Amino acid sequence: MFKKILIANRGEIACRVIKTCRAMGIATVAVYSDADARALHVRLADEAVHIGPPPSAESYLQIDRIVDACKRTGAEAVHPGYGFLSENPRFCEALDAAGIVFIGPRVHAITSMGDKITSKRLAEKAGVNTIPGFTGEIEGPDHAVQIAREIGYPVMLKASAGGGGKGMRVVWNDAECHDGFQRAANEARSSFGDDRVFAEKYIEEPRHIEIQVIADSHGNAIYLGERECSIQRRHQKVIEEAPSPFLDEATRRAMGEQAVALARAVDYCSAGTVEFIVDADKNFYFLEMNTRLQVEHPVTELVTGQDLVELMIRVAAGERLPLSQDDVELKGWAIETRIYAEDPFRNFLPSIGRLVRYLPPEESTNVRVDTGIEEGSEVSMFYDPMIAKLITYGENRDAAIAHMADALDAYYIRGVSHNISFLNALILHPRFQQGRLTTNFIAEEFPEGFHAADVPQSDPVIPVAIAAVVHKRHVERTADLTGQIRRFERRLRDDWVIIANRTHYPVTVTAVEHGYEVTHEGAVYRIRTDWTFGQPLVNAEVNGKAVTVQLDPHRAGYRIFHRGAEMELLVVSPAEAELTRHMLEKKPPDLSKFLLSPMPGLLVRLAVAEGDEVKAGEELAVVEAMKMENVLRASDDGVVAKILAQEGDSLAVDQPIVEFE
Amino acid sequence: MQNNIATLREKEAAAQLGGGEHRIKQQHLKGKLTARERITMLLDEGTFEEWDKFVEHRCTDFGMQDQKFPGDGVVTGYGTINGRLVFVFSQDFTVFGGALSEAHAEKICKIMDQAMKVGAPVIGLNDSGGARIQEGVASLGGYAEIFQRNVLASGVVPQISVIMGPCAGGAVYSPAMTDFIFMVEDSSYMFVTGPDVVKTVTHEVVTPEQLGGASIHTRKSGVADLAFHNDVEALLLTRKFFDFLPANNREKPPRWPTDDPHTRREPSLDTLVPPDPSKPYDIKEVIHKVADEHNFFELQPDFAQNIVIGFIRLQGSTVGVVANQPMVLAGCLDIDSSKKAARFVRYCDAFNIPILTLVDVPGFMPGTTQEYGGIIKNGAKLLYAYAECTVPKVTLITRKAYGGAYDVMASKHLRGDVNLAWPSAEIAVMGAKGAVEIIFRKEIGDNEGIERRTREYQEHFANPFVAASRGYVDDVIMPSETRERVCRSFAMLRDKKLENPWRKHGNIPL
Repeated sequence: MFKKILIANRGEIACRVIKTCRAMGIATVAVYSDADARALHVRLADEAVHIGPPPSAESYLQIDRIVDACKRTGAEAVHPGYGFLSENPRFCEALDAAGIVFIGPRVHAITSMGDKITSKRLAEKAGVNTIPGFTGEIEGPDHAVQIAREIGYPVMLKASAGGGGKGMRVVWNDAECHDGFQRAANEARSSFGDDRVFAEKYIEEPRHIEIQVIADSHGNAIYLGERECSIQRRHQKVIEEAPSPFLDEATRRAMGEQAVALARAVDYCSAGTVEFIVDADKNFYFLEMNTRLQVEHPVTELVTGQDLVELMIRVAAGERLPLSQDDVELKGWAIETRIYAEDPFRNFLPSIGRLVRYLPPEESTNVRVDTGIEEGSEVSMFYDPMIAKLITYGENRDAAIAHMADALDAYYIRGVSHNISFLNALILHPRFQQGRLTTNFIAEEFPEGFHAADVPQSDPVIPVAIAAVVHKRHVERTADLTGQIRRFERRLRDDWVIIANRTHYPVTVTAVEHGYEVTHEGAVYRIRTDWTFGQPLVNAEVNGKAVTVQLDPHRAGYRIFHRGAEMELLVVSPAEAELTRHMLEKKPPDLSKFLLSPMPGLLVRLAVAEGDEVKAGEELAVVEAMKMENVLRASDDGVVAKILAQEGDSLAVDQPIVEFE
Repeated sequence: MQNNIATLREKEAAAQLGGGEHRIKQQHLKGKLTARERITMLLDEGTFEEWDKFVEHRCTDFGMQDQKFPGDGVVTGYGTINGRLVFVFSQDFTVFGGALSEAHAEKICKIMDQAMKVGAPVIGLNDSGGARIQEGVASLGGYAEIFQRNVLASGVVPQISVIMGPCAGGAVYSPAMTDFIFMVEDSSYMFVTGPDVVKTVTHEVVTPEQLGGASIHTRKSGVADLAFHNDVEALLLTRKFFDFLPANNREKPPRWPTDDPHTRREPSLDTLVPPDPSKPYDIKEVIHKVADEHNFFELQPDFAQNIVIGFIRLQGSTVGVVANQPMVLAGCLDIDSSKKAARFVRYCDAFNIPILTLVDVPGFMPGTTQEYGGIIKNGAKLLYAYAECTVPKVTLITRKAYGGAYDVMASKHLRGDVNLAWPSAEIAVMGAKGAVEIIFRKEIGDNEGIERRTREYQEHFANPFVAASRGYVDDVIMPSETRERVCRSFAMLRDKKLENPWRKHGNIPL
């Protein structure tokens, strides 16, 4: 076995690999860029080597520097993680040449699977289902109909030169095909100047289901079940699970056996993933093979009880797989959500900055948190803004979902925006809970993007009741304030009205043995909690059920976060509650007369001056964010009344830049 | 006797109604509470003891003798906030628009005098159209009587003004002399001369909001300490704020129990200061993480943001915080920030509130604007305040402490009791580049040489150890252990005794 392994990666996956190495008694070497000098993976590793400036191209993608780091530290093998150099044949060759073991498949497997056409041919040869289609030139409408019949309807006609939805048509019968071909060709000609069209089977209600395979260098190859990754946003996986709620045992075996056949066909040796697209009738077709460890590998680990990183290291060291296909047993259900630093309410704008406070949920047999971040870490513009992968496990799908909802409630992140509200909305969505998934799930269920109204409306009374208990504790403490005068001893009240979103919730809170009883409209909530002053999370038991809410003091009241929804609460006496009714609704400031910064960034250019007349569409300013220049243009004709920010200013999101008359 | 009881009931009922139901309704429609409703909300339930309910004005001009309201436009008395005694006056806009008569002023003076005698704070809820013009000079005299008491009470009992409606003309000078001014957004404004006069004199057209609304005074003028969304929020938060303040200048600040251990480590503070000294970071993160329960009651958050002031609790007891903010103007001291901090330091000193100072200051702001504006005397205010101050002073240098600004920010030399530094601290006359260009002026042009000298200067002074070797810094601590070290320092200083030489009063460079 290796004595020392270098991990050519960063963030959560580097930490993940280090964890297994430690358990195996293998020393670890981390590499890091300037931006990661204080990162968690650097601290966790036994040694760390600096490999360059922040941009990946100048650090984590520098093959020479990584090989050099191996030599300097005496690392015998390299685990590449995912991304970066994990599927780069030149990297494998460079390591080979230096006599260092690449913990992954051999070059041949990487190159042949890395090419779309080669991989498809190899798959066909290995007896793997591929999407039926015709890649030759279609001569005309009649030819198109003939081909379509061979493929079987529905068929998709697509411009060869196309991209996006242009020149794309789905046809369901001969007549539509005849007509559609002509239109597709015309569109292709006008859009791309190339009227070539090809035909492919159209997959209805497509699901993305992939098979995890692992093979050793002794000719053993097995599959470790599937993962369903249909919940995607713009081709980015958001939620993954194992097993798939869709597959039956026969389909699973058929897919698994095809995946293993493909692995054998390329002499595969390591962990790999064969991705399939599966239609509504459980027909499955090969998409591609990823010759590396996948981001979502933990769900497989939880349902199989295997440590994939350990298996990768063992087979790379020449060991035999310690298990056979018959030993593989899928037990329970695992779900992974990806926690991203992005603002779902602003079209998923990435958010960068310091994690001012970061309290991940506690890990247990049901909860796993894979992260490379801790409180005080920086989400930088140079890398993927993933904060963590949250994986929950339960004996069945419902249990795994329930654990996920609880874990998301307990995930406390401040300083950067995060997508927890969105993840909550997804896992609590009835369609998700029924397992009716397709890769279009997000596009279909949130066609207009994600808005506050999309946050599922869970019963607000439970968080309200918990807030009432916290408030009572605060009030009780004021009784201990020093400097009080006699004869004014107060009766501490126990009936309050909690106001949230202008709704009044009258409650009575009484202390009972080991907790409190909160009464609201006749219903009694028995609440026990070990919460103490200053804790941002309230872990409570409400009528015997565990509930976690995030609760921050906010202005005169509290701000509470639960089930993806944020509420502002004010706790007052019933008489005061009546007085609040006189308060006027705050009108949000009229911002139509302002140009606002759409994101945090640097104002690099200001194209207008006070008094300038501008026409709609004219450039007003350029804001640089995430290394990208964003041109802000006038939405209407107008006159610039006031310049509110200067070139070189750092702008906050929604900060006014220009005021119009 | 029976008659008198009947009269009492009658008058009490009339007093409760102030200017009558119609005017109360008008007040509510504007989103404002009545004078009495405000007091109910501000004080602990059922603790209000009202005085002078039956006071009426004595004006007989302009038909005023026929318009009398018991209480005369202001409700006064005392009660408790979380059990602690406080005197309150609340102007009643429903009675003559809250205009101040001689009698109205006398009522306010009466509770102020009493507050002074018993050593309890005074909170004024201001909602007044100004002087009772019908009374003429009597009303003016009334104002001056209040001003005089504001001044005599200053530094003896805390005085808080909550502006919940108009406050214009001479009336502004009473709040101006109190310790804190809070305003309600959209319904309150303060100015010396109103929009009409402004228009006549300077032809400037402004709205009351633009001239003296809450946003102006919390952002531009710095007159107000906080702005609140509405009456309810203003009163509830004033209660919270009140919990920080001692009752008078002979008492220690109040305390309450906390579960938050003083040994709490904050490992994330070890990575707060960026490796690149020109990169900013948010000093408020340190304040929150050092404070009990992460709780920081910030004052003047939108004015002179290059310095941060406010209250925290350490081990349950109030501490005032002054901190340079590297996020704004690199944390430079300028006129506004010096004045903002100086006044706060003096407040804390007057009321025995210990001061925690967090230092990351590259110096005073250069430029003609600052010099013409008198940065010399304004900067001196902060220097004077810190030097004069005798309460426990704990200072923590997080990064830069350059030049005169180092001296100013509660340095050891200004009787700082405990002066700590993080390893990232740089205590020097100025940044390395500037220093080298002066010391080695002759070598300018020799880029390599200058670079080497800069590096040398950097290595020599860009650390806390030179200062520590002279004892200017008592210890260099890891950022993660700041809370514990600061808490222990203040615990040690609990019974600190230090007195300045007797004098009538010092002559702060006003």
